Amino acid sequence: MSNIPAELRFAESHEWARLESDGTVTVGISDHAQEALGDVVFVELAEVGKVFAQGDAAGVVESVKAASDIYAPIGGEVIAVNEALADSPELLNEEPYGAWIFKLKPSDKAELDKLLDAAGYQAAIGE
Amino acid sequence: MGQRTLLYDLHLALGAKTVDFGGWDMPLHYGSQVEEHHQVRSDCGVFDVSHMTVIDINGRDATAWLQNLLANDVARLDSVGKALYSPLLNEEGGVIDDLIAYRTEAGYRLVTNAATRAKVLAWLKAQQSGFSVDFEVRPDLAILAIQGPQARDKVAALLSASRAALIRALRPFEGIADGDWFIARTGYTGEDGLEIILPGHEAVTFYNDLVGAGIAPSGLGARDTLRLEAGMNLYGQDIDETHTPLTSNLGWSIAWEPAEREFIGRAGLLAEIEQGVKEKLVGLVLEERGVLRAHQVVRVAGIGEGEITSGSFSPTLSKSIALARLPMATGDRAEVEIRGKWYPVRVVKPTFVRHGKILI
Repeated sequence: MSNIPAELRFAESHEWARLESDGTVTVGISDHAQEALGDVVFVELAEVGKVFAQGDAAGVVESVKAASDIYAPIGGEVIAVNEALADSPELLNEEPYGAWIFKLKPSDKAELDKLLDAAGYQAAIGE
Repeated sequence: MGQRTLLYDLHLALGAKTVDFGGWDMPLHYGSQVEEHHQVRSDCGVFDVSHMTVIDINGRDATAWLQNLLANDVARLDSVGKALYSPLLNEEGGVIDDLIAYRTEAGYRLVTNAATRAKVLAWLKAQQSGFSVDFEVRPDLAILAIQGPQARDKVAALLSASRAALIRALRPFEGIADGDWFIARTGYTGEDGLEIILPGHEAVTFYNDLVGAGIAPSGLGARDTLRLEAGMNLYGQDIDETHTPLTSNLGWSIAWEPAEREFIGRAGLLAEIEQGVKEKLVGLVLEERGVLRAHQVVRVAGIGEGEITSGSFSPTLSKSIALARLPMATGDRAEVEIRGKWYPVRVVKPTFVRHGKILI
């Protein structure tokens, strides 16, 4: 059974989103996602300044096994990417809720409410 | 649900994540395939490969039959225990399967791939007429591959004195029976190691003994990255019926002499040589970050295009490597398209790692 922190919101495509006190939103992939991917060996990060709509492909996580798109769980402008993942992509396996991938300035915070809460995500992944 | 080996429940108990491979539910990894890969290169690991097909061959014409069937020549196996690798070709020279043939007391033992089982057996049957030969498939047997620099020592320590002595005496590419066990110094990882074929009812106990001795359970994920680093082809990916050994880096496995040996596919191969062999299977190394994958397009400036047949991340090199089929005139540089962008790659001989050492 995977770890699903109660304070986070989740997309059905397995990204987590956390609303920070400054109004930005931090994004990563869930424990369930990293487990399914296996050993992550490369992360293709989005460019800072890029604007995504909710559900847009916003990067790629490659494990030894396969490449998987990461989707923007809500719309917004990328204001930071986690450069540490370039040298240490395995951080996504080791600490999926510590190793964030990018931060967004949301275009519409209400989109967060459309995401799943922890219980909803747990049900979605059948746990 | 796919077919399962006798060790399936034990794999699950050991935490295996399973994957479909050629109709079989097989362990992909037991936690981290990269970790399992490193274990095999530095120490040793055990793979359940019981999904592969064991075929025992006997009869007066066994040698003549295999000399007709195989591109390599079993006459080279001049004593019991010797083994060789060979492609099994169709009339055009396309590869139906690749296999290892061991010479045994009774005749020969072939180990062929899992996914090709039905068509290989149909082919063998179709080629049987005119030869006094019998073959028997052995689903009653399990196959464990224990691979890595420590594999022979660690396995020998677990077995009877006679089997331990056999393991110490085995030379590379030899396989000898001891009672109802068959112990071979062969493998698919580029490391020293053993492949042990044993009665299925003994498999669970032996596998537990191996794990108890600290030998890491290892899955098909690590097996794939290990064989890719070793430059070994995977049937169905790097070789198939639409390509010959000549365009698959397997020219060495065709025994042209004696010239009068008319093996199936010989004429097709000679015709290809006559017309000029147009492609070759090479290794690629991506110097930038990213991962090469099967079916990505490769272009060679001024020469043409080709395709990656197998690609992954190499845990030993910490970069991505691949096998690719490219135009014969390809030099030492090419470019690969990954998600719409072109990345430069180095073209190398497709043996990246052997016996723990990086060769490129």
